[in-house]
Amino acid sequence: MISLTHYLVLAAVLFSIGLFGVITKRNAIAILMGIELMLNAVNINLVAFSRFIEPSDVVGQVFAVFIIVVAAAEVAVGLAIIIALARARQTIDAEELHLLKW
Amino acid sequence: MEIVFWITAFVVIASAVGVVTMTNLIHSALLLALTMFGVAVLFVILAADFLAAVQVLVYVGAVMALVVFGVMILQRGPMNLSNMPSKHVLGGLFAAIATMGFLFWGLGSTEWPVSEAAPAATTVEPIAELLFTKYVVAFEVAGVLLTVAAIGAIILAKEVRAGD
Repeated sequence: MISLTHYLVLAAVLFSIGLFGVITKRNAIAILMGIELMLNAVNINLVAFSRFIEPSDVVGQVFAVFIIVVAAAEVAVGLAIIIALARARQTIDAEELHLLKW
Repeated sequence: MEIVFWITAFVVIASAVGVVTMTNLIHSALLLALTMFGVAVLFVILAADFLAAVQVLVYVGAVMALVVFGVMILQRGPMNLSNMPSKHVLGGLFAAIATMGFLFWGLGSTEWPVSEAAPAATTVEPIAELLFTKYVVAFEVAGVLLTVAAIGAIILAKEVRAGD
């Protein structure tokens, strides 16, 4: 039988993979993809809690809906920032974007 | 049911590893779509039918289209070298493994109050009811957030100069 722990372990692994992508990628779009992986892992957690701890209630799923809304807004604004960066600096390589570093 | 979970879990993890290890940005993007689709399958197993539909529509549909358009507009130079790792691979590996260990420790040492009750037969109605009663303020704020994000994205991408 698949238990709550199975889903939590899966989500933890997915979150860590996303974190690895965020830290190690040079391309700004790839960093955005890593953030999407992490947000998806959180959604798995919320839905699994909703299913196994409070099955008759759907509060966890409502939270997941809000996270999807925020993730959609985040991707739109993130890509717009990357486009503005590409126009201003002619690169989206995260290692060359060090304006705040000296 | 069990075999569906194991196959889906394998597909999700394998494609997520592909997303962060591929050196071609388009391969990463397509594998990300596969990961999102696998998460939608997990939602179906978890009896969250509405969220599974939203996941496919918003992530596999809208977000992936946005990302692929971003790649198309922004990518210069050879595609097969478009997604190279930075010099922080060892640090990233350490951070990821440390985070995973911390999360495993947390969920292994917690006593979850698991309930054996049957899940709600349909989720659309209860979600709608909660959204428009108990969480109506959060719902409206989410609407405002989406509007602000859309306008902000247009302004950022269009580049407004002083004097316009």
